Amino acid sequence: MIPFRTSRRRCLLQAGGALASGLLLPRVPAAAQPPFAADSVYQVQATLYDARGAVFDWRTQHGHPLLVSMFYSQCEVVCPTIFETIRMSLEALPAGSAQHTRVLMVSFDSARDDPAALRAAARAHACDARWTLAGGRPTEVRRISAALDIPFRRLPGGGFNHATAILLLDAEGRIVARSAQLGRPDPALSNALLTLDPPAPPPGGDQR
Amino acid sequence: MMRIGLYGAAWLLLVMAGVLTPPPAAAAAAATGAAYVNIPGGRFISVLPQGDTPASAGPVDVAPFRMRADPVSVAEYADFLRRYPEWRRDRVAGTLADKGYLGSWAGPDDPAQPAHTGAGPDALAPVTEVSWYAASAFCAAEDARLPAWIEWEYVAAADATRTDARADPAWRSTILEWYEHRDPTPAAAAASRRPDVYGVRALHGAIWEWVEDFNALFIAGDSRTQGDPDKLAFCGAGALSVVDRENFPVLMRIALLASLRAADTTRHLGFRCARDIRPESP
Repeated sequence: MIPFRTSRRRCLLQAGGALASGLLLPRVPAAAQPPFAADSVYQVQATLYDARGAVFDWRTQHGHPLLVSMFYSQCEVVCPTIFETIRMSLEALPAGSAQHTRVLMVSFDSARDDPAALRAAARAHACDARWTLAGGRPTEVRRISAALDIPFRRLPGGGFNHATAILLLDAEGRIVARSAQLGRPDPALSNALLTLDPPAPPPGGDQR
Repeated sequence: MMRIGLYGAAWLLLVMAGVLTPPPAAAAAAATGAAYVNIPGGRFISVLPQGDTPASAGPVDVAPFRMRADPVSVAEYADFLRRYPEWRRDRVAGTLADKGYLGSWAGPDDPAQPAHTGAGPDALAPVTEVSWYAASAFCAAEDARLPAWIEWEYVAAADATRTDARADPAWRSTILEWYEHRDPTPAAAAASRRPDVYGVRALHGAIWEWVEDFNALFIAGDSRTQGDPDKLAFCGAGALSVVDRENFPVLMRIALLASLRAADTTRHLGFRCARDIRPESP
């Protein structure tokens, strides 16, 4: 990325990022090995860290439906609305649905959204256990933005110019739905969620 | 030393957990012999506004870095495929490269087969028909990265004797001439390959080139979308407008890159790599 003048905090973050990537050089972001389908976004590898500072490969999110978007914690208007829209979408579903669905929010802001900032953002938006807030080095975040087609640009003042989108991935990482509608649940997204993760059938069933 | 040991242990654990793949035996990947040149840093005004508002042109400090003197060639990319066969066109996933990936090559890992005279691209020509993911992977394999847009633009502003020739109408006119001709004359092609003041060649005329932040270049067609807080499709003061509308060669490149997605390939889009310069230890 653009090598701006380095602050000490950036140095520490980069050091953390270096640890996060395992200092694996040269590292080739190679095509993923099976079983990811050819149209899965998990063909794109990226190393992130979560709000606890734990490093993970974002491809480990496979195996369950995933609502995913991107944000940055200093964003005052649109990004909080993304959080709110996702929450409303989940709450508006019939009881018992979306039991397996999780949420991943990836920060654009490699410089400032360290684990502590992610924890603060999670608290601010009342994120429960199904939410993962994550950050990464600029190259990892750029790769996520490319995989999800969420363009973004860092502004000189430290903010970000970015597209807004909420994506729904199936368990294999295929993009099932995409919405730019904020402020209220998008019916198309909600229907796709219901299809992927419907309410569990009642136990026992009718034995007559 | 302890920290190195900790990092090494962490890496080993991640490898064993299957999260990371170990470097291939050809860690001599870095020893491809590709020529990189030093690009000294400097203050630069981009055609894309870098100021506090979408329309203001603030100067940017471009830190020193190293850049490949030439675009990555077909032969170099074929060598990359031999070391990383998962990037062959018959093996790579469609998410990472579209159907046009290496489409002109005679074989999945060989640009030209001996039995087919004239088939496939010239081995020394810049490789094209590669996606952003593929280009990024190639650069990572030689311990490098794609250049940022501002780095590419900074170097591309130079001519044979000046680091910034953009104010010279003759420079702009020469470059526009190259773009006007899909198949440049041998003289024009040779001219585009002459090194600039840094020793970098063929930044203009031959091919378009990927940059690391290709999807940071979204620009508005007009000024009506600027500063519209209700436009929730874009957060952060809307899309960019360009500062310098006279620099058509650069504007054309921005327009192309801004229209692409990471898996896209085109016949005239290639790339070159860049490297950070490690900071001096105090």
